[in-house]
Amino acid sequence: MSEILSSLTEKFPDSITNTKVQRKTRIWVTVKIDVLIDVCEYLKNKQDFNHLSSVVGVDYKDRFEVVYHLWSYSKKRQLSLKVPLEKENPKVKTVTKIWRSANWHERETAELFGITFEEHPYPKHLLLADDFEGYPLRKDFKLVEKPWFDKNDASEKQKTD
Amino acid sequence: MEYLLSLLVYLSNPWVKGLVGGIGLALAIAGSIVLLLWVERKFIGRLQHRYGPNRVGKFGILQLVVDGIKLLTKEDIIPDAADKTVFKLAPIIGFAIAFLPFLAIPFSETMIVSDLNVGILFILAVSSMAVVPTLMAGWSPNNKYNLLGGMRAAALMISYEVPMGLAIIGVVMLTDSMSMVEIVKAQEKIWFIFPQALGFVVFVVAAFMEAARLPFDLPEAESEIVQGWTTEFSGMKFAMLLFAEYIHSILASLLIVILFLGGWHGPILPAPIWILIKTFIVMLILMWMRATVPRVRIDQLLNVGWKVLIPLAMINIAFTGTARVILG
Amino acid sequence: MMPLRKFEYEEIGEGRLVINLGPQHPSTHGVLRLIAELDGERVKKVLPIIGYLHRGFEKIAENRNYPMIVPLTDRLDYLSAMSNNMVYCQAIEELMNIKISERTEYIRVIVLELQRIASHLASVGFFGNDVGVTFTAMMYTFRERELIINLFETLSGARLTYNYIRIGGLREDLPKGFENNVLQSIDIIEKKVDEYEEFFSENEIFRRRTQGIGVLKLKDAINLGATGPVLRGSGLKSDVRVTDPYTIYDRFDWDIITEKKGDCFARYNIWINEIRQSISIVRQALNGLPKGEINVKIPRVIKPEPGEVYSKIESPRGELAMNVISDGTPKPYRLKIRSPAFCNLSLLPTISEEGLIADLIATLGSIDPVFGEVDR
Repeated sequence: MSEILSSLTEKFPDSITNTKVQRKTRIWVTVKIDVLIDVCEYLKNKQDFNHLSSVVGVDYKDRFEVVYHLWSYSKKRQLSLKVPLEKENPKVKTVTKIWRSANWHERETAELFGITFEEHPYPKHLLLADDFEGYPLRKDFKLVEKPWFDKNDASEKQKTD
Repeated sequence: MEYLLSLLVYLSNPWVKGLVGGIGLALAIAGSIVLLLWVERKFIGRLQHRYGPNRVGKFGILQLVVDGIKLLTKEDIIPDAADKTVFKLAPIIGFAIAFLPFLAIPFSETMIVSDLNVGILFILAVSSMAVVPTLMAGWSPNNKYNLLGGMRAAALMISYEVPMGLAIIGVVMLTDSMSMVEIVKAQEKIWFIFPQALGFVVFVVAAFMEAARLPFDLPEAESEIVQGWTTEFSGMKFAMLLFAEYIHSILASLLIVILFLGGWHGPILPAPIWILIKTFIVMLILMWMRATVPRVRIDQLLNVGWKVLIPLAMINIAFTGTARVILG
Repeated sequence: MMPLRKFEYEEIGEGRLVINLGPQHPSTHGVLRLIAELDGERVKKVLPIIGYLHRGFEKIAENRNYPMIVPLTDRLDYLSAMSNNMVYCQAIEELMNIKISERTEYIRVIVLELQRIASHLASVGFFGNDVGVTFTAMMYTFRERELIINLFETLSGARLTYNYIRIGGLREDLPKGFENNVLQSIDIIEKKVDEYEEFFSENEIFRRRTQGIGVLKLKDAINLGATGPVLRGSGLKSDVRVTDPYTIYDRFDWDIITEKKGDCFARYNIWINEIRQSISIVRQALNGLPKGEINVKIPRVIKPEPGEVYSKIESPRGELAMNVISDGTPKPYRLKIRSPAFCNLSLLPTISEEGLIADLIATLGSIDPVFGEVDR
């Protein structure tokens, strides 16, 4: 457990900002965005974290965050990589070339939060309609029911009938 | 009363016989469709651990009548981009062609509308005309599901023609005649299922393909291409196409009975009743298969039709021929 | 005025047909739209379009208190509602460090395994539908599933969305005679599962429709994030109940079912055999069921410390996980559900190339998506 952490901190000395070990099988690591691809490749090829469970987007007050949950079938350990992004124009490189399962997860996070995943092979909307405006899961998106017809329209139509 | 009986002599006139027999046959077949469809729905329902229709009329007998009324009163939608003439013609032609082969089928030694001496060839030729309305129904609505279903149906129908004909040749070899009455008469001593076992197997598989019944019901594979080749048809057009297919399956079972299962021969009951009983049993087996067996894929079906059935039928012909020559 | 949903398709090759297996389809799996590019009957490319059942679960959950979310989780994977309740309650219990009682653990295991049997019976029935047996197999397997659903109705009052597993325990204790009913029902199911195996596996047409179809190699399976029967059908012996154990599964004696070939037949075999393993687990759990209290004392208002947790269970479809981030208030800050059907469905374009349309439908049936959890 700690050997994974120690080898990681050795390889990328000043990019790991925060680590936590929970319950012996869960590691939480915060990395900086510029070494993300290298860390992911290292984790997949050298440390055998071959299963990307999910990609989660979180909207904090001062930053966005993308969390990658990785699982290793051989070591039976989970490692969660947290990557903080800036609030204004959140951009991060896609990891689809490393784990193909990231394809749909990143599409969903992109459409719900407005995070751009660069070089994604098919960045279209997945769950929302193609012409949906806004980013629903951001904290400033209010769940107000938008009226889908205007009351004045309806009464005018009734007058002409 | 004597006046009515004296009119019977007119029946020897082939024109009158054809007219009266044709109309009577059409009504009888239409009536039997209603009855058989009811039996099918109840039987398949029971096989699937449910009741089948039981609300309309006692035991749900009037269900078919009610369904017919529903289909009659539905709106007749013709798609905008469809080929309108062909679209309207396809069900009519299909329905009409389905009735034609029955003109040469004997229900007893004398109850036959027209005893052609090439009876079996006539039946085969007319029933293979059924490809045309199927293709018309597949092409005209300008819809991809229809097209896929129609192409599958065309492939299916072409691949059963040859094995069916080859299996019939075996029967004709044993009878020395193509007349339907002669074929049944020749089965007095022994039903043709025994000397022609291989031909029987080939013919039964080919007949199932003709009837487009599970396991071969690709043209209207429900879970894959919505309703297959009848997708865009609604209302009475759909009813006519459905009935045309059902009449094909009745024809297939009748042919199995006449060619291999002894026709009207049987101990006590009069001849037409035996044919009806045997046809009914064969149709029950068709319905049984529909409830139990999964569907074959199109390329597996073509495999069976061309690579398996034709060699088997050829072996059957060779065997029958040599047996005939040796045993006289 | 809401505009219609437009969709642009990329370059279509020569002589190809683009067909739309639309959201309403007799294939009974739910609202999925597949755009398939065909060459005759061969499928060249498939594009799944989902989102027709998107209800914004994660956004709604951010406005509700923690106990109010439990009935919402029922509606995610509606064919196995107990698993969804379990993953959520397990996450909150881990966040708040609640230790639940022994009797609750045993009852949770019994209920989860019964749910697995019911869900696999439904999957086998729907798979038969897709292959072409018009509704016969479905009627038989649903007859057995009714036994389990009636049991659940005596437990919780509902047939499909149970809301039974709650934070810190269960809704209420087992009713009188429940253990005997369970034992009787699973005796019947055990015999019937042999019948179903005979009905399907010894049917030549079924074998030809499913063997060698939709083959998924192991490397692709792991890379594409497949879990559950899809992954075990390709050869990897991995089950969350064993590799990342939760509750008391390590006290029971059972096998992980694996198959090597990775085709539809292998996945169907896994369903049938997992039903048998679940029956054995339920029997062992009923044997060792202790007496005691169901619910433990938890605070009146559930306000976890700020932190996050990622809890996983093995639902009938694969690895179901929930990521809960809390910030000290009675409402969660972020709730993310990782649903197995979502990840398994993203495999569909890869494994259905170069097959026929009939194979596409059979493969979709063997992946077994439930759209409540794909779209959330």
